[in-house]
Amino acid sequence: MPAARIIACLDVVGGRVVKGVQFKDHRDIGDIVDHALRYRDEGADELVFYDITASADRRSLDPAWVRRVSAVIDIPFSVAGGIGDIETAARCLGAGADKVSVNSPALVRPGLIAELADAFGRQCVVLGIDSLRASDGRLTVKQYTGRPEATQDTGRETIAWAVEGARLGAGEIVLNCIDRDGVRQGYDLDQLRALVSAVDVPVIASGGAGTLAHFAEAFAAGASGALAASVFHDRRIAIPDLKDYLAEQGLEVRR
Amino acid sequence: MTALAILDLGYGNVDSIRLAFARLGVEAVLTAEPAVAEASERLVLPGVGAAGFAMARLHDRGLVAMLKRRTAPLLGICLGMQMMFESSDEGNTALLGLVHGRVGALDPAPGRPVPHMGWTRIDEARGVGLAAGDYVYFAHSFACDDGPATVARACYGRPIPAAIRHGNLWGAQFHPERSSAAGARFLQAFLGA
Repeated sequence: MPAARIIACLDVVGGRVVKGVQFKDHRDIGDIVDHALRYRDEGADELVFYDITASADRRSLDPAWVRRVSAVIDIPFSVAGGIGDIETAARCLGAGADKVSVNSPALVRPGLIAELADAFGRQCVVLGIDSLRASDGRLTVKQYTGRPEATQDTGRETIAWAVEGARLGAGEIVLNCIDRDGVRQGYDLDQLRALVSAVDVPVIASGGAGTLAHFAEAFAAGASGALAASVFHDRRIAIPDLKDYLAEQGLEVRR
Repeated sequence: MTALAILDLGYGNVDSIRLAFARLGVEAVLTAEPAVAEASERLVLPGVGAAGFAMARLHDRGLVAMLKRRTAPLLGICLGMQMMFESSDEGNTALLGLVHGRVGALDPAPGRPVPHMGWTRIDEARGVGLAAGDYVYFAHSFACDDGPATVARACYGRPIPAAIRHGNLWGAQFHPERSSAAGARFLQAFLGA
């Protein structure tokens, strides 16, 4: 079986890495290549770059920074941000991204997922889902979360959308629990378990990691990978320490 | 004569393979010209996407006969390795038939999602720069039959040929360009072939 995958997420605006809390108040934290190399050297298994304002600004991400990352990185990385057609996805993959992640454009036009899977294979197609747990426990999908003023409820139910996305050809699902983002209270494990049992593609947990134990919990809930941003950026958790801890918990890790 | 050429079929991650060789100090030529590819000392056949689509590209560009008669080192990566086999369950596609065996779909099971995605341990290996215990990066929904050509083996519900050797042929089901130091050792071994 694959090792428990530790994924560092970098939010990108204008080719720079930024970090916000609950998708708001972004600050510049440095150059994209410097961050990519830092995480590669620390032992991250995979990187994800989200151009977080692309969809809300009605544009696609710039392949120039994808190429800069690809030139220096020897671990897999995916990119996301306004990828709404085959041509844009082809530019990202051609620039060196291993996977493209779609979110808002797929909500507007679900057929996009099937088109991408047909053209590039489902292993290249990641469906990102921004899920919000309402006070009554209902899980719904949000879109255009990159800009608070543009964020909309889609009326879709999270698990149903994930099942449809996998059926259409998504080869992996990243579950972003947006009410957990950046607040370090742990992943939404109930939601994660429900999703893992509903689809037969890999599921990546995202949103809420704050302690070493949170990562172990996500893998115990069936996640193939655990994604985090702030705890890695702020150096609250060092990836080598995290992998030592996961190994002590009996999980297989790549070191 | 070109030392290293990579077949550029107009799709996928050709440039990341070129960059992986560049990190080893070897500049590769990207080409779709049968004559240029044929004259290369070492040739790489990359591949992403569906088997039928990729085979159609090889036929359209007149590359099939050249690949079949090639005696110099040829490396297939991911779908590129699968295309060396006889046929694929993916769309019941006829492949190049350079290596005996079929390409079959991976079956998902609880706790074993498909695609097989991530860093999986090599259980046994001989030559090709890999050793048991190395982790390499996989991203695939189909896998080749495990047979005498297998030189590195992983397991995902069933034995998965991670790398093959057969005469002048080299294959990697994993992505050496994204497999860190182990991937670099594999590419270095191919350069020494």
